[in-house]
Amino acid sequence: MTPTENISGEPGTADPRDARATAGVGEHPATVECALPVVRLLDQDGRRLQDDRFGPWVEDLDDDAVAQIYRSMLRSRRLDEMATSLQRQGQMALWPPLRGQEAAQVGSARAVGERDFVFPSYREHAVILERGIPAGQMMSQFRGHKASSWKPSETRTHVYSLVLGSQVPHAVGYAMGIDQDRRLAEDAGEPAPAEEAVLVYFGDGSSTQGEVHESMVFAASYDAPVVFFVQNNQWAISVPFSTQSRVPLAARAAGYGFEGVRVDGNDPLAVLAVTRWAMAEARQGRGPVMIEAETFRLGAHTTADDPTKYRSTAEEQRWAARDPLLRTRALLEGEYGVGQQWFDELEEETTAWIKSTRTEILAGRPEDLEQRFDVAYAAEHPLVDEERQWYLDYQSSFLPDHDETPAGSAGHDAAQEDRA
Amino acid sequence: MSETTESTLRTTMAKALNLGMRRALTDDPKVLLMGEDIGSLGGVYRVTEGLKGDFGAHRVRDTPLGEAGIVGTAIGMAMRGYRPVCEIQFDGFTYPAFNQITTQLAKMHARSDGDVQVPVTIRIPSGGVIGSIEHHSESPEALFAHTAGVRIVTPSTPQDAYWMIQQSISSQDPVIFFEPKRRYWLRGQVDLLRPTSESPFTAHVVREGEELTLVAWGPLVPVALAVAEAAFEDGHSVEVVDLRSLSPIDFDTLEASVNRTGRMVVAHEAPVFGGLGAEIASRITDRCFYSLEAPVQRVGGYHLPYPPAGMEENYVPDLDRILDAVERAFAY
Repeated sequence: MTPTENISGEPGTADPRDARATAGVGEHPATVECALPVVRLLDQDGRRLQDDRFGPWVEDLDDDAVAQIYRSMLRSRRLDEMATSLQRQGQMALWPPLRGQEAAQVGSARAVGERDFVFPSYREHAVILERGIPAGQMMSQFRGHKASSWKPSETRTHVYSLVLGSQVPHAVGYAMGIDQDRRLAEDAGEPAPAEEAVLVYFGDGSSTQGEVHESMVFAASYDAPVVFFVQNNQWAISVPFSTQSRVPLAARAAGYGFEGVRVDGNDPLAVLAVTRWAMAEARQGRGPVMIEAETFRLGAHTTADDPTKYRSTAEEQRWAARDPLLRTRALLEGEYGVGQQWFDELEEETTAWIKSTRTEILAGRPEDLEQRFDVAYAAEHPLVDEERQWYLDYQSSFLPDHDETPAGSAGHDAAQEDRA
Repeated sequence: MSETTESTLRTTMAKALNLGMRRALTDDPKVLLMGEDIGSLGGVYRVTEGLKGDFGAHRVRDTPLGEAGIVGTAIGMAMRGYRPVCEIQFDGFTYPAFNQITTQLAKMHARSDGDVQVPVTIRIPSGGVIGSIEHHSESPEALFAHTAGVRIVTPSTPQDAYWMIQQSISSQDPVIFFEPKRRYWLRGQVDLLRPTSESPFTAHVVREGEELTLVAWGPLVPVALAVAEAAFEDGHSVEVVDLRSLSPIDFDTLEASVNRTGRMVVAHEAPVFGGLGAEIASRITDRCFYSLEAPVQRVGGYHLPYPPAGMEENYVPDLDRILDAVERAFAY
């Protein structure tokens, strides 16, 4: 879309000052010079591009490794489609689709080491799968069955954060803790702990939050081993990127005193290379680093959204042509000679996986509200105890169903006996 | 400055807090302090004076100037196994961190289904009558008491300041620690050997009486004691309870007191409307309905933004206004 094209794709009628006119094209109407190259290792047709700085970071990738990346992207896309259907079928109140962002997520998550810690936002479903969290379990939060679908202590992956940008200072603080661990070990004359870093995800919309700004300042001041990974998917619900920023977000990093790198977010090899480099920088005490992955949310913001109200079909089509799955498939076919049969078998395998995952998801049930009284505080709390009893007493005031155990059954029997 | 015997010390509340934090820093290498100007300067109230010199710049951190960043990074450090103690410079500057406190700090344990503990202490000098400019004299406890997941305590004596700050730091739940700033220079005895087994989340009867229970906390406890003395001279026996813990509230101690006295007055600096006095009055009315001789009386700030300092003495309850509420209770 040219700057004079309007939202309906008709040329010549739009006000070039209208933020929408330049949204989503990766061109920033900045009033200052801040050109940053976009790192690419694949062109749009999946052919390799030379990059002396970042290319070596994925030199080890063979056909199998690329095939695994494609497999991960395909699985997350099919899971995302299934989740969207579940919402339409009334099985889930809301789902934020990731369609279009698979390369940014799979590529970056594959750069995370065993000891590293990840702080997602709320659309990082492909990251969550890469972290080893079972697909059948990962929707329990959106289904309303659990507060979080996984345990951070077991997965080294923090819970989803819905208050935009709120997780970014936590990631910085965690990274400051890694740094402090190293210092405490040194003071105690102990060997230095193994290197670790933190990867935190947020989006172009969240980049405006004050807490994200404060996080950048804290990270720089304390040399925190953290990598800020911004998925710039061009739209914060209905608001175009040009309303959030007049410069590429990666350009802001220099203002905080660390490096920012812009990468083609639909190129999984480039994303993997840049994130591997950035995590290594952070682990070795040369962080923080910011990565801006230029991508596009091909679907709606959530299942409650309607993108036809704010963006053009032409823009969607242009980005659909840059689909990361198409590009990676072209790479597999062109460079490694992978044939149709492999893709057919992968689809078949994925369909079977989706089917069993769907069954597992639908079998999930919410716990009783009583569980919430156990988790509001870590230690015993008299008010919560008192109100738990209110709840149990109220629940046990009903006659039991013939074929169902009433909610709050823990206190039920005793209360029944009391009345008898 | 301090007169010491073997196990007790007579000192100010500010110094008692300093000693309490010093002991916490000594006992646990995972304790660290974060805040604006708390290092080299020792804090605008000098509560952390000398600690940076003794424990180093990485355990007593002068942070960049951003309250959300302080609390937000403290949450991350707590996730990493640290016990951060954040200082917010003044009550009115808590609000830039309000999001991090209410949506993140308070809810993290519940949001992770009990998996993540965030033992963060947030120290907030609070309350008025110090002649200061706007946003330096507020009492925002009700905003946080309404938020499940955080605990709130406030000491009224050097003894409690010394022990409660240590107990807050060792709490597995986040604690908001309101420091009554106009009492920083209040002197009292600190027992350094007192066993730490007593919960900080309990109320203390600080003067026994038979006809009315007067509840106060933090800066108003000395005023409440003076009210009880004045009432005594008028022929009334008033019991004074120092609430100490604002969330949870020790209703058992309040209930036992009111069941003996039959009357209750709650005094706080915060506005009466929607204040903690309302919650106390309601719960005590439920628990002690048949013991009450009069409705629970409340006295506090008016439903106004905190006024300019030249007018604050008529805004914050003083001895006469609390005594007036006591007389209202006796008038039934």
